[in-house]
Amino acid sequence: MGLESYLLVGAVLFVSGVVCMATKRNGIGLLMGVELVLNGANVNFVAFSRYTTLGLDGQIVSLFVIVLAAAEAAVALSIALNFYNNHLTIDVDRGDELKG
Amino acid sequence: MTYEKILFFIFAMSACGGALGVVLAQRVARMAFWLIVSLGSVAGLYFMLHADFVAATQIIIYVGGTLVLLIFGIMLTATGPHVKIQTSPGELVMGAAVGVTLLFLIQGTVRSVDWNKAAIVTSGGEFQQNEGQGYNPTGQGNTIRPLGMALLGLRPDKDLGAPEEAGLSSGYLFPFEIVSIHLLVVLVGASYLARAKQRTRPTV
Repeated sequence: MGLESYLLVGAVLFVSGVVCMATKRNGIGLLMGVELVLNGANVNFVAFSRYTTLGLDGQIVSLFVIVLAAAEAAVALSIALNFYNNHLTIDVDRGDELKG
Repeated sequence: MTYEKILFFIFAMSACGGALGVVLAQRVARMAFWLIVSLGSVAGLYFMLHADFVAATQIIIYVGGTLVLLIFGIMLTATGPHVKIQTSPGELVMGAAVGVTLLFLIQGTVRSVDWNKAAIVTSGGEFQQNEGQGYNPTGQGNTIRPLGMALLGLRPDKDLGAPEEAGLSSGYLFPFEIVSIHLLVVLVGASYLARAKQRTRPTV
């Protein structure tokens, strides 16, 4: 198995995440799209660390990405709970008070 | 077909299928299930890439932590049983078109690069000759000790056997400390944001 096949898996994960973020109207669904995008990037990091001269640096960066994704999920979830408290729904299309 | 190819095929198929399931599923709870499938098989891909610690972290933090958090979010923000938040068909078609275009763009880029020029043969790594018996080199999947030392600022995996004039490689002690402070701030901030308040009337 070469580097290319892992990069293609990462590409599929990334594109699925982007489409998920673009089409879902549920706030939690958007968060899942973000997780997919970060995972696609992580697959690329670890694959490069195995197949090129990057060495362990790729794995360390992917560890940081995992930790930061967990932190991002916690904050985004509390924002989503606040949104739900204010609007009684999680539909992100309802958060349009700032439009001109 | 070697075992490695078969395993890679299984893990890659379930990772991609799980990601597609997240996009196509209509209910949030099913999206969470497909996300578990996808993230779990990505962890399997990490094991195949000889990154055992990253794979274990993926399972523990993502599947065990982040997804449980997301499922709690689904529970706490549940609307009525008959309310479905649907995407309009026009947006779905547009999103699918953009996604397919983006996928073709990325895979064309990946295929047009000659990765063999950038890759080195990892089977006989540079430091393998220096190791004594009973020590698994990093290239064979025992990455916990080198990763821990790199997070403390030491890089024996790069510096051992390197020419002396190359100097010492950089470690990751400072980013590690920044991430620890960051996690503390995030926990305080998240619990401040999500604290129980009196529910206000919807403004719309």
